[in-house]
Amino acid sequence: MTRFNTAFSRGPALVCFITGGDGDTAANLDALVEGGADVIELGMPFTDPMADGPAIQEANIRSLDKGTRTADIFRMAAEFRARHPQVPLVLMGYANPMTIRGPEWFAAECAKAGVDGVICVDIPPEEDAALGPALRAAGVSLIRLATPTTDAARLPAVLSGSSGFLYYVSVAGITGMQQAAQASIEDAVARLKAASDIPVAVGFGVRTPEQASKIAKVADGVVVGSAFVDLVKQHGDKAAGPLKELTSALAEAVHSAR
Amino acid sequence: MTVQPPVNSLRSLPDDSGHFGQFGGRYVAETLMPLILDLEKEYRKAQDDPAFWAEFDDLMKDFVGRPSPLYYAPRITEHFREAAPAGKGPKIYFKREELNHTGAHKINNCIGQILLALRMGKTKIIAETGAGQHGVATATVAARFGLECKIFMGATDVERQKPNVFRMKLLGAEVVPVKSGAMTLKDAMNDALRHWVANVHDTFYIIGTAAGPHPYPELVRDFQSVIGKETREQIMEKEGRLPDMLVAAVGGGSNAIGLFHPFLDDPEVAMTGIEAAGHGIESGEHAASLTGGGPGILHGNKTYLLQDEDGQITEAHSISAGLDYPGIGPEHSWLHESGRVRYVPITDDQALEAFTLCCSLEGIIPALESAHALAALPQLTAEMDEDKILVVNVSGRGDKDIFTVAEALGVEL
Repeated sequence: MTRFNTAFSRGPALVCFITGGDGDTAANLDALVEGGADVIELGMPFTDPMADGPAIQEANIRSLDKGTRTADIFRMAAEFRARHPQVPLVLMGYANPMTIRGPEWFAAECAKAGVDGVICVDIPPEEDAALGPALRAAGVSLIRLATPTTDAARLPAVLSGSSGFLYYVSVAGITGMQQAAQASIEDAVARLKAASDIPVAVGFGVRTPEQASKIAKVADGVVVGSAFVDLVKQHGDKAAGPLKELTSALAEAVHSAR
Repeated sequence: MTVQPPVNSLRSLPDDSGHFGQFGGRYVAETLMPLILDLEKEYRKAQDDPAFWAEFDDLMKDFVGRPSPLYYAPRITEHFREAAPAGKGPKIYFKREELNHTGAHKINNCIGQILLALRMGKTKIIAETGAGQHGVATATVAARFGLECKIFMGATDVERQKPNVFRMKLLGAEVVPVKSGAMTLKDAMNDALRHWVANVHDTFYIIGTAAGPHPYPELVRDFQSVIGKETREQIMEKEGRLPDMLVAAVGGGSNAIGLFHPFLDDPEVAMTGIEAAGHGIESGEHAASLTGGGPGILHGNKTYLLQDEDGQITEAHSISAGLDYPGIGPEHSWLHESGRVRYVPITDDQALEAFTLCCSLEGIIPALESAHALAALPQLTAEMDEDKILVVNVSGRGDKDIFTVAEALGVEL
């Protein structure tokens, strides 16, 4: 059993994102786990986060302005793994920081730090060679994104070579902005689950326990990001308390949905 | 109609997956991927559709004012001949892209792309702009075809390119000031991509240079190749032979690839691309991604970038807003590594000197981008015999830059 299998086998999972190096990351990650997060996504900061809305863009800049380096992200990941041996950890970010030293280097560092999966926003299946083979060889899951524009013809390519879970981006847009209509999410999840045997988690625009609860009725997981990042912005280095509180409310909503 | 270049041709790239060797590709978010594939399909159909090219050629002639002249520049030629060692100093021609409608080569590409947008049934146009030339050209074609138009422009550039901002507004475009990052071209491109992802169903993104995800580098190059094709015909008519040297400035690199590409398979034609060296490569404040950067992935393609060892993109600097970008088109990265084109850095100060020289000797006010190309002449002309022929692409006119130049020269207007 991988950590992903365990996390998703308990019923709908809460997947929580924060940007690495923004605020007190170690304390914030612990707060998410204590609040009931089932999977952690740690954002690798990048100067040009093209798929992110203002909240996560600013978090990237706050982190980089503090001098966060790739080595720091792997240190945070390794320390998290030591403190939380069972919680799946995903690195999420952009192609350039992940491939600059070669994909094999990145995959090896992930494996060494106990990272379970990687989401790379700007490497579609067509460019899989840039990172996918190295991750698979190192035993790290490549988690792909499916979107409202991913049609039935493309879906097999998106699923091919991916593992861990499938991340359904519920709106055609950037992170943290609008919410998708529940009906469109339900249709999409049904379509994705019919085509795939890995769990389907739904994200983008999910902020409240009410939204999360509705999605958890149909999906295997719910991803929340910008709402946490907003709390880190608001509370700076003392965000752990508020993060734990929001996570608890979301976890309660997600876990009791089915 | 498409004519397949011969095997072993340097003009046969990109390959089927959009790569120029290791460069190029389609590094975009999944949301955009289906649209990028549709665009490629539509472009393949257009390539083989004589009606598409007939409309393109017609607009080029009557709306843009093509062909642009190939002008023998007698006083610049004499000037450098006198400065050069005995027997050196080639004949210098200007390809007058600055005489196009809207004052630069940018319009060639915009005409081609808006015709594709119309074929795809898109009703809204977006674009990024640095100096504002591409923004003006995009706003122009949007007005001409009656499509809604939004231009993303770094807030810093909005400030330093006020006349172009007003032009875009006159043409009916909405100018969106971008306040992320250093608020220049790179950040404008980020925000244009963010807007596009949220509006893929009805919006066409007219990328301004031969960069971005496949098929953009290819189709922008093809539309801009009108520059090189005309140059070829014109120089044959005037001199009865091909030129010995082509020179063009390279930001993203669309004017340069447009001039170079039709000559890539002619080994007797040497080519020099000019990168913006800002305050000098050693100062770290420059925009020379080939000379001072390394391969990486940004804005949909793999190419040379200015970046640190973690792959974080570093800020570019150039006095020319149009060259102020930390990347370069992927085909230039490939031509650089293959050695077919030599790329040379030119500083702000060198460009300013060439700018004033061109004004006073030829009566032509060049864009600061084009002034970078002209600034390579002292070195190139000293090495070339006087019976040789050199063509410089004067890619744009400098009216937009007079405020920047005045400030740099310490003149109060």
